[in-house]
Amino acid sequence: MSNQIVQGILLGGYYALIACGLSFMFSVMRIINLAHGSLAVLSAFALWLLASRFHIPPFYGLAIVLPLMAVIGWALQRFLLERSARGGALLPILTTFGLAIVIDNFLFEQFGADTRSLAPFIGSLSYDSWEWPGSIYVGKLAVIIFVAAVILLGGLQLFLTRTGLGRSIRATSEDPDTAGLVGVDARRANAVAAAIAMVTVGLAGAFLGMRATFDPYAGATQLLFAFEAAVIGGAGSLWSTLIGGIVLALAQTLGAKVHPQGFLIGGHVAFLIVLFIRLYTSGLGLRGLLRLSTGKAS
Amino acid sequence: MSLLSVENLVVRHGLLQAVRGVSLTVERGETLALVGANGAGKTTLLRAIAGAHQAASGRVIFDGTDLSGVPAHERVRKGVALVPEGRRLFVQMTVEENLLLGGTAGRPGDWSVERVLDTFPNLKPRRHAKAGHLSGGEQQATAIGRALMSNPDLLLLDEVSLGLSPLVVDRVYASLHGLISSGTTIILVEQDLNRALSVSDKVVCVLEGRVALAGDSAIVSRDEVTKAYFGLHRKGAEGVLA
Repeated sequence: MSNQIVQGILLGGYYALIACGLSFMFSVMRIINLAHGSLAVLSAFALWLLASRFHIPPFYGLAIVLPLMAVIGWALQRFLLERSARGGALLPILTTFGLAIVIDNFLFEQFGADTRSLAPFIGSLSYDSWEWPGSIYVGKLAVIIFVAAVILLGGLQLFLTRTGLGRSIRATSEDPDTAGLVGVDARRANAVAAAIAMVTVGLAGAFLGMRATFDPYAGATQLLFAFEAAVIGGAGSLWSTLIGGIVLALAQTLGAKVHPQGFLIGGHVAFLIVLFIRLYTSGLGLRGLLRLSTGKAS
Repeated sequence: MSLLSVENLVVRHGLLQAVRGVSLTVERGETLALVGANGAGKTTLLRAIAGAHQAASGRVIFDGTDLSGVPAHERVRKGVALVPEGRRLFVQMTVEENLLLGGTAGRPGDWSVERVLDTFPNLKPRRHAKAGHLSGGEQQATAIGRALMSNPDLLLLDEVSLGLSPLVVDRVYASLHGLISSGTTIILVEQDLNRALSVSDKVVCVLEGRVALAGDSAIVSRDEVTKAYFGLHRKGAEGVLA
């Protein structure tokens, strides 16, 4: 059992990594980016292309792909999300939903339906493991991903609290109108935030490709995991995203132990339980929520 | 040349015309008091000068440059700072972070976090407290300090006494007194007519989006301002009331 807990916690690191960009964009720009998973898969394909065509190992390929993702994030905010956000809260969701379809089908057109992986390009790292006390074997890659997630979340937290640009981003997320009045360029702050979010997405895509397989339509599943981890963790701080990822992963591990097919179900159940507890404790309550929906219908 | 001149400024909120052709000038080092009833357009006028609202027509000329179409954050860079009505602090952030944000524009000058804390000693023990947990007076001091951190040439104060006890208002104005005598150019909105007249060099009374009275604070009588405030100066108004 302790073995499964350790593996679950390490898997949680990956979920935190993929969730942090989603919750970051939501907390700063109030945008739920439904193209989140597809963008991660796009990054994985970019690394795969660099590795298979140009023989650049994925870890070096990140030096090319991550800046590219930052540019994509900046452009996405400036030319697409910023404009659609002016049309209300619903429009950016629809826009990113459309963007996800565009990215998925673009990848399908370019790379076909084959399932790929970055594992062949990282040598023995994909299957190497360390033996921990209690004869627990942990994959080296899983540990690297977990450590990367902790460093990324910690680094982001430091950036947001200790730097002027980080403060500008937080001020913009709290009150963009007043941020402008104290001299913060809200458009720039949002564009920088989107660029940072896409860098985390790029990194998550890289680890997705290394630890598992992906195909052009794999984005939706990753979006779901990111969404579940972000909701379980809540929007408190970046560290709560890590907790959310770990809870999701442990629930999935537990589900798989109960039944071989229970991996995904376990995660969904944990997500729904947390969601209902949130609704229940939000003061509205389940009954209030039901009344709200019937009230609207009548 | 005046530091600020507003020419025939018209600002709309949708169909509502909140400011209807206001013109005024402020010289460097002057303090101008803006008085008027609720809904007269004082706040909108200040926000239009700060760039939070774009004018429908007319111009705001600051230090010789036309500010039309210049967004708020660039106006801060040029030296216009607004202490907004209701303070509008970033409540999730600490006092120090709020003050540091005020310095985002990066204008050179003497104001630093230390100097703000010296000016408002009540903030010293609250430096690392969340702005949302402060008392009203402390919040107002933080809001003024945040605006000062941009080393403004023109400071716009929108109802700094709103919601504060008379004692705290005295304290806020005591600290403002230092600013006024140091030669900072200030436009302030104040509901307390006596206070407005005593701290300012010039007074402008707005009524329904228009300037009803403008004059030197030392010369205009309280009676004249009161009449302008309620619109009694208009021809025929007194006859109707009588």
